[in-house]
Amino acid sequence: MTQDTQPIHWAGPGLTRIPFALYSDAQTGVDEQARIFRGEVWNYLCLEAELPDSGSYRTTFAGETPVVVVRDGDGEIYAFENRCAHRGALIALEKSGRAENFQCVYHAWSYSRQGDLTGIAFEKGVKGQGGMPAGFCKEEHGPRKLRIATFCGLVFGSFSEDVPGIEEYLGDEICQRIERVLHKPVEVIGRFTQALPNNWKLYVENVKDSYHASLLHLFFTTFELNRLSQKGGVIVDESGGHHVSYSMIDPAAQKDASYKEQALRSDNDRYRLKDPSLLAGFTEYGDGVTLQILSVFPGFVLQQIQNCLAVRQVLPKGVARTELNWTYLGYADDTAEQRKVRLKQSNLIGPAGFISMEDGAVGGFVQRGIAGAHDHDAVVEMGGDSTVSSEGRATEASVRGFWKAYRHHMRA
Amino acid sequence: MIDLLALCAFHAAYADAIDSDALEQWPDFFAEDADYRITHIENEREGLPAGIVYADSRAMLEDRIAALRVANIYERQRLRHILGMPLLLKAEGEQAEARTPFLVARIMASGQTDVFATGVYQDRFVRRNGRLLLQSRVAICDSTVTDTLLALPL
Repeated sequence: MTQDTQPIHWAGPGLTRIPFALYSDAQTGVDEQARIFRGEVWNYLCLEAELPDSGSYRTTFAGETPVVVVRDGDGEIYAFENRCAHRGALIALEKSGRAENFQCVYHAWSYSRQGDLTGIAFEKGVKGQGGMPAGFCKEEHGPRKLRIATFCGLVFGSFSEDVPGIEEYLGDEICQRIERVLHKPVEVIGRFTQALPNNWKLYVENVKDSYHASLLHLFFTTFELNRLSQKGGVIVDESGGHHVSYSMIDPAAQKDASYKEQALRSDNDRYRLKDPSLLAGFTEYGDGVTLQILSVFPGFVLQQIQNCLAVRQVLPKGVARTELNWTYLGYADDTAEQRKVRLKQSNLIGPAGFISMEDGAVGGFVQRGIAGAHDHDAVVEMGGDSTVSSEGRATEASVRGFWKAYRHHMRA
Repeated sequence: MIDLLALCAFHAAYADAIDSDALEQWPDFFAEDADYRITHIENEREGLPAGIVYADSRAMLEDRIAALRVANIYERQRLRHILGMPLLLKAEGEQAEARTPFLVARIMASGQTDVFATGVYQDRFVRRNGRLLLQSRVAICDSTVTDTLLALPL
């Protein structure tokens, strides 16, 4: 028997040892699709702003399952599996568009915008020959439909009848932190996809891992851009699956600002940005939070880094490959100057981002590093063994939180 | 007048600077107030303005090279730019507009070479003090997907 057919062995009920086999085991990948992505979770699908009109649709994924999400004439959003009920071909091929209805190109079976099978080509046959049997019931055939929930302009879908409502799923603290950023209408200002050479969980863990930030990402420290003393913290929700990590200006240190600035000037000034307008920003939240990274289980990220806003959708593509869809955002009421600030600060993020490019590669370093270590474990013990919120960022509490939710859903 | 041959010579020198790791020379191909952006064809079609790199000054390009040298962490790699024949769209006095296709291969430390990007440069050139410079370059990639990360410039 090969390694891949063995069930994954967890060292115990704790969350500080993560079997490396989870990142490459094919059966685990199959189980994750059923138990997580098609299970009792809310998958981020798109933004309401991306479905402006009756008939606007996007094709996306819930895990690896292709999905059509569309606004119908009643103004409501619907989503259904992008799979023809006949032979299983994709129903919609474009990434986005506008449709009165959908028709599979293979044999022209057609569907309403709510995902109901409405038409079968040659259903009654041709000249009395062929056709579907009289008893064939179209209502009993159709792609699986998703439940839809929207929150602050985010559209989530679920294959589960049992998943709690979106606000209960997120919990109060996560809801508040989403509302903090998405408190008014947004506009998409760009979309980019980054192909990651690693298992999807390695990226999600990286997002939740506040421990690595100042160690792997050296842009801010190299250019001495942390002018004021920052304090930060990590919030982990009750389920463990959602988190917020944040940095904010420490009001106590702010009083000392003049001293700090002076101290900085005496520092080694070898590295300075020649064009500091890259980071020129403006205050827009009034709470001193300069960075807020928020994740929703299983694969959604909302990011505010200064004035740079984006959502990220994490999609598994087989066990060793992940697609990360970045959607860069501005507010609909941005002035031209504010929009320019966001565009410039977006140099920080994405596949070429000054503070995010490393995240594109580091998952691949793990994936390659563990190739011969299927019976070994990762160590996730920074900050102890708990999954609770804390001040400071030298902790892996939110990574353990991810595994708490993961084991719950996987029944592992 | 800026002619085709001048553009070809410019492109050859530009590609050589990046591919031979003379990255510090790369900003010198741009005017001081130049725009430089990397995006892809779907964003362009929809009029979405963001770039995975977005600069509106030569100094920002210099900062990017400095960051690649001293701050950012990425696996050792090289690029090989193969630039097609420029399509000269407009040439008037000391200005010109052109579109030039590119194919960029990435060579990793492991020795493996893959096609990293294909697309087109949408360029505006100016001649200042006898030197041809980019006033604006938009690298419009054909693919919406960037593999792993983009460190070295297109």
